[in-house]
Amino acid sequence: MTTDLVTFDHVTKTYSGITALDSVGFSIAAGEAVCLAGENGSGKSTLIKILAGVEQPDHGRILFAGQPQGALNPRLSAAAGIKVIFQDFSLFPNLSVAENIAFSAELGHGTRLVQRARIADTARATLARTGVDIPLTAAVETLSVAHKQLVAICRALATEARLIIMDEPTTALTEREVRVLLDIIRRLKADGVAVLFVSHKLAEVLEVCEKVIVLRNGQKVAEGPAADFDAASLTRHMTGRDVAEAPPAPLRADAPELMRVEGLSKAGAFEDVSFTLRAGEVLGVSGLLGSGRTALAKALFGLVAPERGRITLDGRPVPLGDPLAAAGAGIGYVPEDRLTEGLFLTQSILQNISVGRLDAHGASGILDIGGLMAEARDWLKRLSVKAPDPDAPVRSLSGGNQQRVVLARWMARSPRVLVLNGPSVGVDVGSKAGIHGIIAGLSAQGLGVIVISDDLPEVLATCHRILVMKAGRLIEDIPSGQVSETDLAHRLAS
Amino acid sequence: MKLLHSTEGRLAVIAAVVFLAMSALAPDRFLSVQNMTSMAFQFPEFAILALAMTVTMLTGGIDLSVVGIANLSAIIAATILTQVTGGGAGTVLIAFAAATGVGVAAGLMNGVLVASLGLPPILATLGSGLIFTGIAIALTGGSAVMGFPDATAWIGNSTVLGIPTPLILFGLLALAISLLLTRTGFGVKLRMYGANPLAARFAAINIDAMLIRVYVLSGALAAIAGMVVMSRANSAKADYGSSYLLLAVLIAVLGGVNPYGGYGKVIGVVLAVLTMQFLSSGLNMVGVSNFARELIWGSLLILVMIVNTWRATGRRT
Repeated sequence: MTTDLVTFDHVTKTYSGITALDSVGFSIAAGEAVCLAGENGSGKSTLIKILAGVEQPDHGRILFAGQPQGALNPRLSAAAGIKVIFQDFSLFPNLSVAENIAFSAELGHGTRLVQRARIADTARATLARTGVDIPLTAAVETLSVAHKQLVAICRALATEARLIIMDEPTTALTEREVRVLLDIIRRLKADGVAVLFVSHKLAEVLEVCEKVIVLRNGQKVAEGPAADFDAASLTRHMTGRDVAEAPPAPLRADAPELMRVEGLSKAGAFEDVSFTLRAGEVLGVSGLLGSGRTALAKALFGLVAPERGRITLDGRPVPLGDPLAAAGAGIGYVPEDRLTEGLFLTQSILQNISVGRLDAHGASGILDIGGLMAEARDWLKRLSVKAPDPDAPVRSLSGGNQQRVVLARWMARSPRVLVLNGPSVGVDVGSKAGIHGIIAGLSAQGLGVIVISDDLPEVLATCHRILVMKAGRLIEDIPSGQVSETDLAHRLAS
Repeated sequence: MKLLHSTEGRLAVIAAVVFLAMSALAPDRFLSVQNMTSMAFQFPEFAILALAMTVTMLTGGIDLSVVGIANLSAIIAATILTQVTGGGAGTVLIAFAAATGVGVAAGLMNGVLVASLGLPPILATLGSGLIFTGIAIALTGGSAVMGFPDATAWIGNSTVLGIPTPLILFGLLALAISLLLTRTGFGVKLRMYGANPLAARFAAINIDAMLIRVYVLSGALAAIAGMVVMSRANSAKADYGSSYLLLAVLIAVLGGVNPYGGYGKVIGVVLAVLTMQFLSSGLNMVGVSNFARELIWGSLLILVMIVNTWRATGRRT
């Protein structure tokens, strides 16, 4: 046991009454690659934060090399060789590859002067360990996502990393890039470096892993040799259910066209995007991180101004780049990041719903507060939001209920088209099905719904048609009944 | 003890404690009718500035140009009052209308800088405040404008049914702002914007129009405060009330207005105004120097912010 690099012993962490980690225990040995699987909200990020020393556990012990640790902080964790590579890589885009790689190591040297030669040496030596060739002088912002990730790995290696934690390492990579990554991981393991993959789609990295740990709702629900798991069993453990959700009810054959997007282009984001949306149709737009899906979603609601193209709703053109005009035309947008873009966290639940209806209830200048709040309460009931106190700040709600609040805000405005960007990100499994039910309900009422998501089971379960987006272009238009999840994953990443 | 759970409840207790302490320290002078009347004449001018500050702070902004606007408006009004002969109530009304117009125009400029051009409010209004003061100095050469018709004194120095007119004016404005903030879509929107500007944009709130109106309102309130100062001082000068800027910020923050935006109530600001006035009159009576007052105010501002920040972070974990 003493050879284990890191051990978690009954670690528990709660945030204001919600248990994020519930007595979780596991260990990682040197040179071992471990998959930590779990859906959003399962406690993965909390676990990373505790390992990185950013958060303190409420109960339980953490051992490094068999030694119980007291209160950790980011410095102590880093000194123990634990390096986290976050999804955004935390690189300095304007600095060169060599500077980025050597940055932390240079800080460790404690010298105050920049020594270019040593920086280049460190960077070259580290890159050699991974066996990949990137020009040392290139600015990091000019690199591809896969190369940025590599630079981040090298930076960790340059500082004597013993355990590299990779948060969602494959979400932005093509299949070929994933294979390159796996080769690098094999080299690192041979060097005795341990790797912890943290993700909600791990099937791709299973082949280089020794061990799999599955978290669900803060509890460890499965642990075992990687050979015992496959994509299907991982999903089953992560979601706790066997069957995929039923596909959506078929679209009526005579459903009229509702929205038409023609030749929408924005340099560096998306190019020549055209599609139509029929009344009652749920249209999926799926693509890897960085494929331009979020920029397109925002452009549909006027938050990003395209340079060319047009959007028409019911045959009438919608002004581009103007959220007020888009909302006025009947387009609603539920953002990807609920906490920063969707909600007024410190304001009440009712206020968060009613903010979209202020003009409707205040035409005379004086607000009809009674009517406004009654309407908001009605929406809480209709979307079965579990809110013990509707006047409490909206941040007191769980992720799923928060998402329903944002949905309610837009539904109260009776939109024609709703753009849902990542409708169930950070929502637990039960609420996810509930949100999918709401989407089906919207479709039955004849709304057009556009679901932007890289959660393939979700796209398959809710959408009539799936548009595949890659490098800013729509490359395929697939009726959802005609494609399997693996097939779709392949088309996204190939 | 339930009173202590809300910011405003705590403030009411603090105001009462300060009042009682000052009464105990200087019972015969502090509790005299004369002192009460004198306080009631003194605080409305900076209290109105604090209302202006409150409105901008609710959006997460600030208006550092309020004193500049107040003085510029007063100088415009004073110029009209001294230049136009006749000097009846009509002239006074025209002068006040012109002053309010100046306040609105100045606020519009701030609003355009902040909303349309996207400048940070603290820098935009710092700069515009210098411009307004600069114009005021250029117009007067830095000297005071005086010699107003008698009717001018009414707004600052008269009483109605025994209540000082400036106090009535402040009461009406406070009530109006309170209603505006809680009973209109505009008020709700500005608080929501203060709570999360990005979410406000994603919720299709017309942010530019809202922000411009906020700074116009602030400018108009500043102009009204300028009229009260002018009337009480019976003159107008480019550098009157320079300590009022800090005081207005202090009162708003003390009144529980979150400087990051999104929270604040007019009643809190009213209680904070009273506390400050009790404190400043009382300290004056027990013989604390006027020069020490700014020191005390500055310390108080920092202290209140530390307590509020500490409480806010304490609640989060």
